[in-house]
Amino acid sequence: MEVSIKGMKKEDFKDNEYIDKLVEELNASGANVVVGSIDKLINWGRANSLWPLCFGTSCCAIEFMHLGAARHDMARFGFEVARNSPRQADYIMVQGTIVHRMAPVLVRLYEQMAEPKYVIACGGCTVSGGPFKGSYCVVEGIDKILPVDVYIPGCPPRPEAMFYGLMQLQRKMKVERFFGGVNRQDKIKDFLAKHPEKAEAMK
Amino acid sequence: MFNFGVFTEWFDQLLESVMPGWAATVIECVIIGVLLLAVYSVLALFYIFYERKLCAWFQCRLGPMRVGPWGVLQSFADMFKILIKELIRLENIDRFLFALAPYLVIVASMLSFAVLPWGNGLQIIDFNIGVFFMIAASSIGVLGILLAGWSSNNKYTLIGAMRSGAQMISYELSVGLSIMTMVVLAGTMSITGLVEAQQDGWFIFKGHIPAIIAFIIYLIAATGETNRGPFDLPEAEHELTAGYHTEYSGIHFGFFYLAEYLNLFIVSGIASLMFLGGWMPFHVPGWEGFNAVMDYIPSVVWFLGKAFFVSFIIIWFKWSFPRVRIDQLLALEWKYLMPIGLFNLVLMTLVVVYGLHF
Amino acid sequence: MVDLKEKIGKLCPSATFEDGEVLRVCVDAKEWRALAEQLKNDADLNFDYLVAVIGCDWKETLGCVYELTSTASRAMLEVKVTTADRENPMLHSVSDLWKVAELQEREVFDFYGIKFIGHPDMRRLFLRNDWVGYPLRKDYDANPEINPIRLNLEENEDDSLTYVEENGKVVEKKYKLFADDDYVVNFGPQHPSTHGVMRLRTLIDGETVSKVVPVPGYIHRGIEKLCESHSYPQTLMYTDRMDYMSAHQNRHCLCLCIEKALGIQVPRRAQIIRVMMDELMRMSSHLLSYGCMTMDMGATTAFFYGFREREQILDIFDKTCGARMSLHYNVIGGVVADVHPDFIKDVRELCAIMPSRLKEYHKLFTGNVIAQNRTKGVGVITKEQAINYGITGPSARATGYSCDVRKHTPYAIYDELKFDEVIETAGDSFARYMLRMREIEQCVSLLEQLCDLLEKEEGNEICAKVPKLIKLPVGHWFQQVEASRGAFGVYIESDGGKNPYRMHFNSPCLNLIGVVDLSCSGYKIADLITITASLDYVIPDIDR
Repeated sequence: MEVSIKGMKKEDFKDNEYIDKLVEELNASGANVVVGSIDKLINWGRANSLWPLCFGTSCCAIEFMHLGAARHDMARFGFEVARNSPRQADYIMVQGTIVHRMAPVLVRLYEQMAEPKYVIACGGCTVSGGPFKGSYCVVEGIDKILPVDVYIPGCPPRPEAMFYGLMQLQRKMKVERFFGGVNRQDKIKDFLAKHPEKAEAMK
Repeated sequence: MFNFGVFTEWFDQLLESVMPGWAATVIECVIIGVLLLAVYSVLALFYIFYERKLCAWFQCRLGPMRVGPWGVLQSFADMFKILIKELIRLENIDRFLFALAPYLVIVASMLSFAVLPWGNGLQIIDFNIGVFFMIAASSIGVLGILLAGWSSNNKYTLIGAMRSGAQMISYELSVGLSIMTMVVLAGTMSITGLVEAQQDGWFIFKGHIPAIIAFIIYLIAATGETNRGPFDLPEAEHELTAGYHTEYSGIHFGFFYLAEYLNLFIVSGIASLMFLGGWMPFHVPGWEGFNAVMDYIPSVVWFLGKAFFVSFIIIWFKWSFPRVRIDQLLALEWKYLMPIGLFNLVLMTLVVVYGLHF
Repeated sequence: MVDLKEKIGKLCPSATFEDGEVLRVCVDAKEWRALAEQLKNDADLNFDYLVAVIGCDWKETLGCVYELTSTASRAMLEVKVTTADRENPMLHSVSDLWKVAELQEREVFDFYGIKFIGHPDMRRLFLRNDWVGYPLRKDYDANPEINPIRLNLEENEDDSLTYVEENGKVVEKKYKLFADDDYVVNFGPQHPSTHGVMRLRTLIDGETVSKVVPVPGYIHRGIEKLCESHSYPQTLMYTDRMDYMSAHQNRHCLCLCIEKALGIQVPRRAQIIRVMMDELMRMSSHLLSYGCMTMDMGATTAFFYGFREREQILDIFDKTCGARMSLHYNVIGGVVADVHPDFIKDVRELCAIMPSRLKEYHKLFTGNVIAQNRTKGVGVITKEQAINYGITGPSARATGYSCDVRKHTPYAIYDELKFDEVIETAGDSFARYMLRMREIEQCVSLLEQLCDLLEKEEGNEICAKVPKLIKLPVGHWFQQVEASRGAFGVYIESDGGKNPYRMHFNSPCLNLIGVVDLSCSGYKIADLITITASLDYVIPDIDR
């Protein structure tokens, strides 16, 4: 099965192995025809209606504003309904450094979001601490405190890179199953297995 | 002009002939209910798409493009998404009122649907105080918003709810007054009567100066009543994050979202009914040929077209104007709109008494 | 002009003097308060503007360097105040003389643990209140186990304290910022119109704002500490990420400061290019400010119009610098590469369209009756307040306070260029907004002149000869430039090594959040948003 994203061919994506592996896992157990089609429909809806939570801490947020502005216009993909309330957002795109004071706020925001929810680490700071690696109060990569779905490197990433990241998220969403086995749950389990100390905090 | 009443009459008689009267009524009610729901959701989805496209064009953008041709399926994707979002159970809130609020908002806008003249003979209920019913039904919505804000136990929602309470109750006055002005001109409160009275010219032309004043007041006040920009204070995104519905997720939020757009349709529908002739085609007295051509366009198209046009104006100024402040908002209503509205009502009465209208 | 040395020598006999670019007075902690009062109130001295309070750890002693300026005579003075007590260091606060010191002294407390006697609100500024240690001290233990990532929210954040001197003894007095039944609303850290992760604890009475307590620090990245472990060319990279809307100006400032210390003469072509980039950056920043302010007020369409022209400026950056935002273009001695062949053509095109675009902005937003009613007479700051709170840049010039660094202490080639310092006198949100729009016009005229100058310098070198390993001589330097939001200052103290001993960035935005409470109290919630938008601060510049 090939996960199709309108306007971008499979070979244009750089990490097909990861998605292919997910598809394989899904197909291994087989899918019911009816449930499978409903899943497809729902995933189509979910992937095409990604409402971001406005969460910019620094430079990347300005590039995100450019993503919404006229030239790049993320509205074309239906991403433009930026919600300010985490309850109504689908994914949180962390734009900018997360520091010690911000970390609990970010985790709380994530917890306030309604499932299914996704996290995009946008920019070098959120991927690894970026230029501020080694500082006394910078969280070196938000994957230390949140399960991250897509990483977008760059300092700040260009709007094109952000589109690529968002399309990757769309592809990922399209191989999930809403009915039956849910990869999403596995992801959180994996995350908690890796970070046992977070298991308490996530509850 | 095709009268849908013929069809409904025929359907009613058909049912009556094969079953007792009460069963026929039940079946008719169910069919109408289902149709209403379908029209309701399709219209809401269309409106969401309509506004997103329009605002994109105002802002030199393209708007939704990728989902379906020209992005027409965008709101369907949003609907599927919102249907399966988690409904978050919150602690320390008034659960019952919290759950009730979105339904109140939805019910209020649905009730108003009942009296809109969709087309010639195509309305759910037609009784002699239709306008009154419409005003009454549409004011239930504020209760839902107040409850939503109050029960969420959140400071932003509370401020939003208080704002909307003050705002909607104030602006309802002006809406009522401007509708009243047109009722004076028509001499009836029946929806059918109103539309029939505009056969030889829409009220906005027939009532000339007072009608135009009433139309402008209505547009402003209706925008205020539906909480749309520049009067979108209850949910003022940049002040109160999401206003009264900050704590709502999933389909509960979806209800508020849909109701906002449906209310936009309803106020546009009322505007087209009161000022632009409802489903009545554009007639110029004396131009028989022209009138006949106009009659060929189905009445439903006329009604929807007018409603969409009024919505276009409202959307237009939503996206261009900055938001007003709460004290300016109330000053505008109580110091300007309402006195002008009252004066206009007197003016219209004089016009009608002396027969100065066309 | 009085002889500062003589005058201060009389006022404070124990003071020692160090000559330098600016006269430096060294006093002990005990004498500082009395001297400060004289410096502020003496009619001859009249140092009414405190530019910066820079904490420093000199190993044996702790202390602060105060950069002072007189707005009347433009005289400058540095005062170094030291205390040998490392366990419980205390200095007298000057926050009642210069309001600007209120936030800056809190910053010093946060970084060095120096307590200020008489400061009304001696809490940590940037770090969590349960943070252990003072990170910028040289003996700070950076072990992550002492300060792990804590995922609990901060407790008792409204507990504040102040140190008061009673009968020769310093007493700690605790108090709460808000009463128990106060209706306090948090604007931020995640809020669409705080322009980042600022948090405004706002006391609300109905719709009226009665008190605002800004809580910064949600993006405090410890840049000043990081700089101490990097070589000078490496530190340049951080300036682009503080106020990312004035990346060029900030980097220009640090380069100027290092070049001043090394005595490097920057080639003329490089100077022209630097100034051009500065002005382009200023223009793009003001466009963003226009967009954000209109969007915060609900006029979303205007935002897109502002961003349309911003894209065009970013294209120019993109072609020459290879990046849209973190540009990394200035280097010590000049610029990193020559401009793109299309550069002058693109800039001329931009200058040609800008006037008509400005007209469009005014048509769309400025003339709107709602916009005028929302901004005129709202959030008024007077000239005296602006000086006392140390605000600079467009927000200060809107009060009638002439504070353009480009005019008063010209750097690069600004003294050759013809431009007006834009001044408005009303001091309200509308004045601040209009001032930015008028500054864009000035930028256009500057850029036109600069294009002509640059054409004459075609083909000349763009970077001076700089040693491979840059080591600054022992000493200290302070340099200011006019960034998009006000005077941006860099203070470097060097011990002769390849890394700076202390590097301080004096950001204009930190002072701007000091006036939020002053300018918003008594107005409505909606005005709070308008006023903060018109002050136009950038959060990473506050927190650094």
